Amino acid sequence: MTTTIESPDLIEPEEPGGPGAHGHAEGDHEAAHEHHGPHGILNWLTSTDHKVIGKSYMITALVTFFISGVMALVIRAQLADPTSSLVNFQTYNELFTMHGSLMLYLFAGPFAFGGLANYIVPLQVGAPDMAYPRLNALSYWLYLGGASMMTLSFVVAGGAASFGWVAYAPLSNSINSPGTGTDLWLLSLGLTGFSAIFTGVNLVATIFYLRAPGMTMFRVPIFSWNMLVTGILILIAFPVLFGAVVMLFCDRHFGTHIYSVQGGGVPVLWQHLFWFFGHPEVYILALPYFGIVTDIIPVFSRKPLFGYRGMVFATLSIAALSTGVWAHHMFTTGVVLLPFFSLLSYLIAIPTGIKFFNWIGTMWGGQLSFQTPMLFSMGFLFAFLMGGVTGVLLASPPVDFMTHDTYFVVAHFHQVLIGTTVFAGFAGFYFWYPKMFGRMLSERLGKLHFWFLFIGFWVTFVPQYLVGLKGMPRRVADYLSSNGWTGLNQLSTVGAFVIGFSFLFFFANLIQSWRKPVPAGDNPWDGGALEWFTSSPPPHHNFTHLPPIRSERPTWDYNHPEHRKDESHGDKRHREHDQKKETVGANS
Amino acid sequence: MRVNGTFLALIGAFFGIIALIYWFTAYEDAGFLMLIGSAFLGLLPGSYYLWWSRRMRPLEGDEPDATPSSGAGVIDSFPGSSIWPFLLGMGAFFATLTFAFGLWLAPIAVALGLSAVIGGVVESRRGGTV
Repeated sequence: MTTTIESPDLIEPEEPGGPGAHGHAEGDHEAAHEHHGPHGILNWLTSTDHKVIGKSYMITALVTFFISGVMALVIRAQLADPTSSLVNFQTYNELFTMHGSLMLYLFAGPFAFGGLANYIVPLQVGAPDMAYPRLNALSYWLYLGGASMMTLSFVVAGGAASFGWVAYAPLSNSINSPGTGTDLWLLSLGLTGFSAIFTGVNLVATIFYLRAPGMTMFRVPIFSWNMLVTGILILIAFPVLFGAVVMLFCDRHFGTHIYSVQGGGVPVLWQHLFWFFGHPEVYILALPYFGIVTDIIPVFSRKPLFGYRGMVFATLSIAALSTGVWAHHMFTTGVVLLPFFSLLSYLIAIPTGIKFFNWIGTMWGGQLSFQTPMLFSMGFLFAFLMGGVTGVLLASPPVDFMTHDTYFVVAHFHQVLIGTTVFAGFAGFYFWYPKMFGRMLSERLGKLHFWFLFIGFWVTFVPQYLVGLKGMPRRVADYLSSNGWTGLNQLSTVGAFVIGFSFLFFFANLIQSWRKPVPAGDNPWDGGALEWFTSSPPPHHNFTHLPPIRSERPTWDYNHPEHRKDESHGDKRHREHDQKKETVGANS
Repeated sequence: MRVNGTFLALIGAFFGIIALIYWFTAYEDAGFLMLIGSAFLGLLPGSYYLWWSRRMRPLEGDEPDATPSSGAGVIDSFPGSSIWPFLLGMGAFFATLTFAFGLWLAPIAVALGLSAVIGGVVESRRGGTV
C-alpha cells in the first residue's frame, strides 16, 4: 500500500520539556501513521520500511560475523601448534578466504551502511523513510541472495574459493582455481555489489532531499554526514569492483584474456582495479564507524561535539584521499609510482589526526560517564590508534618491502578493522538498541562483553605484530618449530578464544533483554540528535511531531531550553544587532 | 542545494587534479581512467545541482529558519509494503545462479524477474498493492 506522508506538526519550544517527558506527544504515534500492512513473515518479505530492512540487514550481517568468527577460531587453533593437522591445507585456504570475504563483504560494510545507517539516517535527518523504499528492500534481498550464495559455496563440489579475499590473478583463473565455489564467490560479489550501490544511491538521495525543515547540511549529525560520504565512496568504488569481477568471470568461462599474459592480458590490472575498489572500501568500512563514535562521545561527555565542521571536512578529506592511494597495496609489484602513493597515504594521517584531536577535545572537561557504548568507543580509540600508526609505517615503501605479506600486515588491518567494525560497531549497537527495540541492554553484561573483548583483542594481535617482524608469512597453515614462532602464535590463539568467549556475554545480554525487558523510554542517554525525539521504537514513518531544528542537537535544545544553542540566521542577526546596540551605547 | 552542489563539484575538481598529476608522473592507464571517471562522477551531478540551485525554490531542509509548519504539506508518497522487491531480488538471485549451474535455472529467473517488473510498474501506477 502506498501512503502519502505529510509534514509532521511542530512542537513549540516554549513547552518546557515538551509534551510527555521526552519530547513527543504520548500516544500520538498510535493515532497517526499507524501501519496496517501484513504481519509475521509476510511483513518481513514485503516491508519497505527502513527500520524493518535495517534490522534485517543487521541480523543477517551478525549471522555472517559469527560464522566467520568461528572460521577465525579454527584458523587460530590450527596455528597454535607448528605441525597441526586440525584441517588440511586446502580447507585452511578456504577458511581464510571465506573468513576475510564474509567479514569484509558481508559483515563490516552491510552492518554499517545497510543496517545501522538504514535504521538511523532517516531518523537523524527527520525523514519518514529512505528516499526509495522499494529500492531499499531490493538492496536487502540482493544482499541476502549474495550472502547465501557465498556461504553455501562450501557445500558445492570442489569446495569454496581458496585464493584469499583479494582473488589475485592469475591465482584466481580457471586453471589455478577451478570449481563452482570460486564462481559462486565471484557471482556473490556481483549481487552484493549491486546491493551496496543501490544503498549508496538511497543514502545520498535521502540526505540530500529528505532533510526536515531547518535541518541544513551543517546541522546534519556526523553519523549521517559520514554515511553521505560513504554513499558517494560506494558509488565510486563498487562499480569498479563489479567491472573487474565480470572481466575475471569472462576470463574463466568465455575465453577472454584480460588478466592472462598468454593472451596478451595484464595480470596486474586486476590488482589496480581491485585496490581502486579495495582501498576506498577500507574507508567505506571505517567512515560509518567514525560517525558512530562521533555521535556517542558527546552524549557521554555531556558536551557538544568539539569542531563539528572540522569533523565534516576531515571526513571529506579522508574519503577523497582514500581513492588516490590504492597502489600502496602494490608497492612490492615494482610497477607503481612509489612517491605518489606513499605521499598520499601519509596525508591521510592528517585528517585522521584531526578526528582524534576533536574526539579528545569533546571529552576534555566533559562530565564523562563510561556506560557500555562509551566503553566500546574508548576501545575503538585505542585499537584504531594502534592500527592507524602501523598504517603510517606501512605507507613507507622500505618498511612495506620488509613486512609485506607478513603477520605484521595481518595484525595492522585487524586492528583497524576490528577497532572500527567491532568496537565502534558494537558501541553503536549498544547505543541505538534501546531506540530500535524500546528496551535496555544490561550494563553489567555489556561491560563484561567489552572487557573480555578488549583484553582478548590485544592479546591476539600484539603477538601477531611481533611474529610478523620475525618473518612469519600470512596465509600459511603450518610452520617449523625451529622458526621460533610457536609461543607468540599460542598467545595469539588464547587471545582469539577470549574474544570468542566475550560474545557469550553479548548473547546472554540479548536473551536477558527479551526475557526480562527493561523499558528504555524515548531518550535513555539524553541524546541530542533527532532520533532521540521520537518514540522507541519509532512509529511507522518515524515522526508525529518535530521540534524546531536550530542546531545539530535539536532534541537537546528542546529538552534543555536553558542550554539552547540557536544558530538560525534570524537570531544571529538579532544577536549581532543587539551587540552593536550595546557597543554603540557603551561608546556614547 | 548549493552546499550539496559545491560538495560534489569539489570532489570532481579534486579527482581531476589528482588524475592529471597521476598521468604526468605515473603514465599508467588504468588508474588514470578510474580517477577521471571519479572526477566526472562528482562534476556531472555537482554542476547540475549548482546550476539548478540558482533557479529552484530552496528546499525546506536548506532553510536555516524553517520550521516543520513552514514546510507543511505532502512530503512524498511512500509504499507501506510491496512484494515486488522480494520477487525481483529472487529473480536476480536465480539469474546469477544460472551462470554457475546452467541455463535450466533461467526460466525461474525470467518468471520471477518479469512478474516483479510488471507488478512493480502496475503498483506504482495504481498507487497501491496489486
